[in-house]
Amino acid sequence: MFNCMIAGVGGQGTVLASKLIAAAAMSRGFNARTAETIGMAQRGGSVVSHVRVGAEIFSPVIPLGGADLLIAFEPAEGVRQLKYLSKGGLMVVCENAVKPASGALGGNTYDAGEMLAYLRASVSNLITANGAELAGENIKTLNVALLGIAAGSGKFPFEAGAFEEALQQMINPRFLEMNIKAFEGGKNRWTIH
Amino acid sequence: MAKKLLMGNEAIALGAIRAGVRVVTGYPGTPSSEVLETVAKNNSGGQIYVEWSVNEKAALEVAAGAAYSGARALVTMKQVGLNVASDPLMSLNYVGVKGGLVLVVADDPGPISSQTEQDTRRFAGFAKLALFDPSSPEEAYEMAAYAFAHSERYGRPVILRPTTRVCHSCASVEISPEIARRTPPGFEKSSRWTIFPKLVYENHQKIEDELVRARVEFSNMSHNFYTGGNAAGKKGIAAGGVSYAYVRENLKEDECKLLKISTVPFPDALALKFLDGLEEVLVAEELDPVIEDELVRLCGVNGISAKILGKRTGHMPRAGENTPEIVANAVSAFLGNAKTVSPDGAPEPPRLPVRPPVLCAGCPHRASFHAVKEAVKGTPAVFSGDIGCYTLGNAQPLDMVDTCLCMGAGVTVAQGLQRMAPEVLHFAFIGDSTFFHSGITGIVNAVYNQTDIIVAVLDNSTTAMTGSQPHPGTGVTMMGGQSEKISIEKVVRALGVSEVYKADPLDQKAAKEAVRGAAAQKGVRVLLFESPCIALLRGKEKPKYKINPEKCTGCTLCVKKLGCPAVSMESRKAYITPGLCAGCGLCAGVCPAKAILSEGGGQNV
Repeated sequence: MFNCMIAGVGGQGTVLASKLIAAAAMSRGFNARTAETIGMAQRGGSVVSHVRVGAEIFSPVIPLGGADLLIAFEPAEGVRQLKYLSKGGLMVVCENAVKPASGALGGNTYDAGEMLAYLRASVSNLITANGAELAGENIKTLNVALLGIAAGSGKFPFEAGAFEEALQQMINPRFLEMNIKAFEGGKNRWTIH
Repeated sequence: MAKKLLMGNEAIALGAIRAGVRVVTGYPGTPSSEVLETVAKNNSGGQIYVEWSVNEKAALEVAAGAAYSGARALVTMKQVGLNVASDPLMSLNYVGVKGGLVLVVADDPGPISSQTEQDTRRFAGFAKLALFDPSSPEEAYEMAAYAFAHSERYGRPVILRPTTRVCHSCASVEISPEIARRTPPGFEKSSRWTIFPKLVYENHQKIEDELVRARVEFSNMSHNFYTGGNAAGKKGIAAGGVSYAYVRENLKEDECKLLKISTVPFPDALALKFLDGLEEVLVAEELDPVIEDELVRLCGVNGISAKILGKRTGHMPRAGENTPEIVANAVSAFLGNAKTVSPDGAPEPPRLPVRPPVLCAGCPHRASFHAVKEAVKGTPAVFSGDIGCYTLGNAQPLDMVDTCLCMGAGVTVAQGLQRMAPEVLHFAFIGDSTFFHSGITGIVNAVYNQTDIIVAVLDNSTTAMTGSQPHPGTGVTMMGGQSEKISIEKVVRALGVSEVYKADPLDQKAAKEAVRGAAAQKGVRVLLFESPCIALLRGKEKPKYKINPEKCTGCTLCVKKLGCPAVSMESRKAYITPGLCAGCGLCAGVCPAKAILSEGGGQNV
């Protein structure tokens, strides 16, 4: 069984990312199970998607310490869900902070640098990525770009081509090209480093 | 047969279509909303009649009429929606149905997005209905068809009750061929459709007999079963819903007997076989101890000495959602295994930001709340809230929701508060969809009883919190048509409200004037704040705003007054996150230094 967790803030597109993984896995003969945060918590709250790929899967939720891959769309959310990452698991984290809305009201803010330093100290397999470099103007494609990095790592039990097919199937044709570009950008970034 | 990646709610919808459903009604509510939307999306040729009803009571009654005519009907709602639909449901069971009638009632352990942790399995027991409790999207898909068949065999409505982890989890679901569609015979006049005390007594007797029959039948239903019959130990586990999946994940093959329960009423004969030879049983389920109580009952009635461990004995938590860890720890403690989850020695992480849900950047509700807050500053006022996105107006810095109870309650709770404090201004905030759902009755009550309240209708032209569903005020129907939009203004005027003030909340000057106008009057006043939800504006975005750092004095007012997720402080200057700003311009209006500018040129004050 292969377990991937996606952590982010409501509105960052975690649900689509998890559906793309599940669809890619199914196209290669695996079964998939996901669990999503939908509803009130989505409005700017912490969200996670659990994606499990394998032959026989019971729980839709990954147990603590069970994620082979943790994709964090935001540093603090990466730290928050780090408890799910398995020993030796790979973490991909976007460096750019999404500050909580109530941050400036006193106390409830944080330093992305501190979060990243903590992650560097605690995670042996860590890739950090700059969201602006990855997605540029198209901030909405950050999810797909991060997925590209994860796919480029070769960690998934299927090849990156499965994702390209899943993108073709699931993305609105109007936004397909920019998403494919974002995915390829992420994938190549892995190859370069 | 093909496998498809389906969310639990999609699986239920496709399962119902497969079973030949003819009428689908409902009211949106997380985590149930996608069921009806999926039916509408897959309604090729418009063969199925689909509607968002005005509320759950209306939805069930429409479906009941269709089922009286012999059609298969599906009604969707969240658990608290069943409270609204409980009046027709209780007597509908006595009257019965001809076509299968399935209520999809989604429970929300946690809760993740609800105002109660009620257990619909208890409701089924109370209403004397059969209920099916899937543990996965695959089961939900199969149970949809089973539920229709069961409903028709017994001539009673039934409930299909997924929980959030089933509704909002995706799985690879094996798609089965369609079941042959039959043409509904149509309504046949008969005394059976009119409820009278004599009929109630006779039908009550029948219902009790049927429940006994269902207990027997459910012992052989494929979703009720036990495994590990050859296990040597004297310990067994019983589970239902997603907790069953968590138990399976933590149990080796045949490690102990494992009973899976998917129905109300309880499959007695099956459970008795499971209990045979056991000394202790651990029960894993969410919300109420329903399976646990049934096992205690069976042991008592049959003189079985097995101990039943669960919520009542402190072995499982009584409230909240079960996690894989809670179940894993309970299972290993019960079986005497080493704990599977070991805390690692990682250093203490830095302090994490708290992220409560907030109104979106550009949300017109923020503008409405801000206008009211500013306009009545210094005057004692109580702000009753209601159910919807605008409940989030309770958060700092807006702090504009003093009460929230249930759908439509804000308008009426405000009246009770007013009776006890007539010298204070009483506002009741209510959204457009909630207004139609159950707000109108409260306004009639206020007019009739001559109460002094201000009802502020936050009309954003959609049912926003549950994902932008249409409602009577939008006129958009789920059959692709457009009906006459029902005007909230005309409705309240017809109810006898003469003081109606209308404003676009994004025009703060006009909005504040409207509030002051209403506050100066007596009786029932209605403030109508009209501005569409930003989720409806995709594709026709307004110019965004940015800070002129030269002019920004770092006073933080834009941050502290509004709590907009797009506005924050960076190096002592205000900063607008480009991807987040929706261009409402509210912040430009509160900036005393005029440092916030529209990228479209000019300044919105």
